[in-house]
Amino acid sequence: MNQDWERLTPLLWEAAGQTAYMVLITLLIGGFLGLALGLGLYLTRPGNLLQHRFVFAVLNLAVNIVRPIPFIIFLVALGPLTRAVIGSTIGIEAFTFAMCFMATFVFARLVEQNLVSIDPGVVEAARAMGASPLRIVRTVLVPEALAPLILGYTFLFVGVLDMSAIGGYLGAGGLGDFAIVQGYRQYDWAVTAVVVVIIVVIVQAVQWLGNGLARRALRR
Amino acid sequence: MPVATSGIIRFEGATKVFPGRGKGAEVRAVDGVTLDIRAGEIFGVIGQSGAGKSTLVRLINALERTTGGDVVVDGTSLGSLSEARLRPVRAGIGMIFQQFNLLASRTVSGNIAYPLEVAGWSRDKREARVAELLEFVGLSDKAGVYPSTLSGGQKQRVGIARALATNPRILLADEATSALDPETTRDVLDLLQRVNRELGITVVVITHEMDVVRSICHRVAVMERGRVVEVGEAYQVFSAPNHDTTRRFVATALRDRPSPEVLARLRTRHTGHIVTVGVDEVAGSSAVLTRTLREHGVDGTVVYGGITEVAERPYGSLTVELVGDGGAVEAAVAALRAVTWVDDHGRADV
Repeated sequence: MNQDWERLTPLLWEAAGQTAYMVLITLLIGGFLGLALGLGLYLTRPGNLLQHRFVFAVLNLAVNIVRPIPFIIFLVALGPLTRAVIGSTIGIEAFTFAMCFMATFVFARLVEQNLVSIDPGVVEAARAMGASPLRIVRTVLVPEALAPLILGYTFLFVGVLDMSAIGGYLGAGGLGDFAIVQGYRQYDWAVTAVVVVIIVVIVQAVQWLGNGLARRALRR
Repeated sequence: MPVATSGIIRFEGATKVFPGRGKGAEVRAVDGVTLDIRAGEIFGVIGQSGAGKSTLVRLINALERTTGGDVVVDGTSLGSLSEARLRPVRAGIGMIFQQFNLLASRTVSGNIAYPLEVAGWSRDKREARVAELLEFVGLSDKAGVYPSTLSGGQKQRVGIARALATNPRILLADEATSALDPETTRDVLDLLQRVNRELGITVVVITHEMDVVRSICHRVAVMERGRVVEVGEAYQVFSAPNHDTTRRFVATALRDRPSPEVLARLRTRHTGHIVTVGVDEVAGSSAVLTRTLREHGVDGTVVYGGITEVAERPYGSLTVELVGDGGAVEAAVAALRAVTWVDDHGRADV
């Protein structure tokens, strides 16, 4: 057992690094694009600042189509686009691309739902003071919904970590792959258990951080 | 009374039609309103909910665009302006709301500074202006707190400070006191009156409470189903309402006249001749009443009534039981009719 861990520890570190790479890039790119898409959904919704029936219908349909597809199937379906953009359908870059894509659509809906809860009267007051739509996004919508947005982002983190677990399918590695290859397939239950514990600890830590930040943002 | 000049806000057949939802019929929220609001006055718009008054006030700062006619503010026709060109116009018009609409993510100071940021003021000028406004509304000690910790009246005062920040010439108040208790309502109305008097700002007050009109408005328009059914000096509208809707509103603010039920109860206690006599600044005070009765040798006992102020002028009525010899009572009533209106309820049928 001891000797085993001497062999496995460097591999575990490598897997953790791969997971960190996939998750952080996805949170960054998917988070940003998801915020933009979510704002787009909110703003073009009929009755809102930049209402546009057609644009809203298209965005709404796109989110509704992409979001419910199981990620493992989405990976395959996205293949041609992944090849066009990344140049390959396998490897950590190809896998991360697909993750960013899915995360954008998942987060977009979360953002939109949180913005809808903002009192329209506050937006109207900003309009009455002569604020432009862009300024209203920056100084009213995002700050007023900051606490739920942080919680939504924390939720996204867990979802993204979940997606990264099947990285092995495209040879992207990561902790999930490690648990399957070194644990499940070697009948070494202890290895799987260690990975599970690591993931639980990470999720707990991030959730704790997200809750704390949201509480600070909610100065009401 | 402010000096009447040309209209700072002019509605010229202004119409706003909302398309129906789904298969529903379209809604004519504002229907061909022509109205002049004069610079320096407090102008009231009263109506039941759904009468179109909130839409009407939003036409002034183009939060809602007219679908017909036009609105001219300070010489600028709003109908033809693009959304981007409207922003500076809006910045020159302050607005306060029933639900205050303060930003929960900003402190009191941050809320008041918001319109100044939009207008591009420097940080130093902003800070000085915010301090000045906090002083004006009496909230200097609340600068750093978040709105959630304030009472309703304090929130509305922050709303007023925010609306005044950029020195607008017009302040729109949309049901600004409807969410407040009577005492706080009084404070906010006093503040609006100060805004009008000390700063010379034209105030447009939207309300469903005739008491608000009675306390602070110089002129008033009564709205019903998108149309203005009556408009005039507040005092005139109170003393001689022409429209049924207006009469109903006046009755809610003036409770000085006995209803038939009250009159029936009065008769059980008072067997003499009962009359209701109008009291206003033309007819003078109740002293006129007392003198007239004395001259005719008639005893009068006030049994019901009330005198209040409308647009800062005395207004009301007194219901009096008259007791006297022979034709003296009739003569006294005739003499009163010469100076004011008299509602003769006669004697109880014996």
